[in-house]
Amino acid sequence: MNNAIKDLLFRLADDELVLGHRNSEWTGLGPILEEDIAFSSIAQDQIGHAVANYTLLHESAAADEPLPDAIAFGRNEKQFFSSQFTELPIGDYAFSLIRHFLFDHAEMLRYELLTASSFAPLAALARKIKGELKYHVLHADLWVSKLGQGTEESRARMQTALNEAWPYALGMFEPSDYEAELVTNGIFSGEEGLQESWLEVVAPIIEKAGLTIPQASEPKYGGRHGYHTEHLQPLLDEMTEVYRLDPAAIW
Amino acid sequence: MYGNAYIEPDSELAAKMAASREEDPEKLAEFEARIARGEKIEPDDWMPAEYRRQLLRMIEQHAHSEIIGALPEGTWITRAPTLRRKLALIAKVQDEVGHGHLLYSAAETLGKSREAMINDLISGKSKYSNIFNYPAKTWADIAVIGFLVDAGAIVNQLANAKGSYGPYCRALERICYEESFHLKQGYDAFVALAVGTPVQREMLQDALNRWWFPPMMHFFGPPDTISVHTEKLMRWKVKMASNEEMRQDFIEQYVPKIWELGMTLPDPALRKDEATGVWEYTQPDWDEFFRVINGDGLCNKERLAVRRYAEENGRWVREALMNPIQKRMVPYA
Repeated sequence: MNNAIKDLLFRLADDELVLGHRNSEWTGLGPILEEDIAFSSIAQDQIGHAVANYTLLHESAAADEPLPDAIAFGRNEKQFFSSQFTELPIGDYAFSLIRHFLFDHAEMLRYELLTASSFAPLAALARKIKGELKYHVLHADLWVSKLGQGTEESRARMQTALNEAWPYALGMFEPSDYEAELVTNGIFSGEEGLQESWLEVVAPIIEKAGLTIPQASEPKYGGRHGYHTEHLQPLLDEMTEVYRLDPAAIW
Repeated sequence: MYGNAYIEPDSELAAKMAASREEDPEKLAEFEARIARGEKIEPDDWMPAEYRRQLLRMIEQHAHSEIIGALPEGTWITRAPTLRRKLALIAKVQDEVGHGHLLYSAAETLGKSREAMINDLISGKSKYSNIFNYPAKTWADIAVIGFLVDAGAIVNQLANAKGSYGPYCRALERICYEESFHLKQGYDAFVALAVGTPVQREMLQDALNRWWFPPMMHFFGPPDTISVHTEKLMRWKVKMASNEEMRQDFIEQYVPKIWELGMTLPDPALRKDEATGVWEYTQPDWDEFFRVINGDGLCNKERLAVRRYAEENGRWVREALMNPIQKRMVPYA
């Protein structure tokens, strides 16, 4: 498989696995039972998307890449290409919610673009995933609006979360080394255009919720090239704790 | 899962007060006749105060058991050893929280709000299944909980689903569907370890030893003393089977499945008397059972602290839902 596609699949899958891991941490601890259940669902979808992308990686590049579990559990932080946004701790519910909102809108648009990918298996997968993301976005929009316009405290928490999240959210659109190749070959139309359409979608919702997009933010790049915050390796250590007891065993 | 097989009795005084309340004999006779005919009692129907009180306690404790029960398993979601197991475990724990949600709604039909019930849980006034006051130490504990605790819960809930209160029965029917799926995923994880490497088998045996004595043997509660009170609860179809009947049913169904995988249970006296069909076993320490219920278990403090943490951290979210800013922006004139 060519390296450009491989890189793209790693980025897609790692984002979903790492954020799915974070969102699953809410299970049992949500602010109300309904949201506890919602975050569990979102986490399941995301880990499911990661599995699908790792499977594509494995099947379309059988000689190189092992089975999905080994890809997921057998790498260190330097070998992960998720954006730093996904690895940040869950924080308070406002932070997790804002991240869910900003991330899932980007995912929705990203997979929409991928439905037109010249790499046919990915285009087919994107059509399937897009259907699930629709519900993530509906959920996120509703709650951003509710909590943005709830109480003074909820608005303040949401604004703080947005301020913290924003530079990392911009980091989701860190260009890959293969950007030109992906565009030329019609595999993926590129991060720059995606970021623009994302901003067009999220900005009015944020404004309507009574929140303000922070000005002059430097995007937090690095994740797409294996450079991470101090939060990723501990996350991976926890995720692989049982697997590492015996990676050859069947669990 | 997590049926609350043993319902902690109410304080003596409260029980006496409710039981001594005189009900209209005509209405009471009609109520009992309806139950005898197999009809379900619905929220708007007349019911004796004692019936309402007992059911509310039972459903409330069951609901608490679900959301507290999500905690020991929940901590292993992020550590599950394969992506498939991780997905199954999130879905399972999510179901348990969903059961809590469903059961709080059923309990609310008897006149107590979800908030009031959760407040009574975190203040320590309401109880939940004792089994969750034991720790889940390794991945093998997840297999044992998913298999045996869910199996125990099914035994209990299938019985209760035939009870007399409509909303509880309907909730239990749906819950039992999901539980039987949990049992399958628990058994599947259990078998994977039982037929796995020596390290995996050792983990599993260790977990079995810890969960059998005392948690599983305590699960259904001490053998019932037959009292007028118990008889009445059974006549009203609030209590559907005795603790010992349920324990025997559980042992009969699941002990052979454990043995056939070459695993052992830490009770040398455990055997079936083929003549009577009754299982013999060593009585667990029932004093410990009551000590743990009253707060002196390995994890009581931790479980309630985590629940309290979740409630306190979620308070601003709940307040925001109840109190939108626009409401306060309406001009006075």
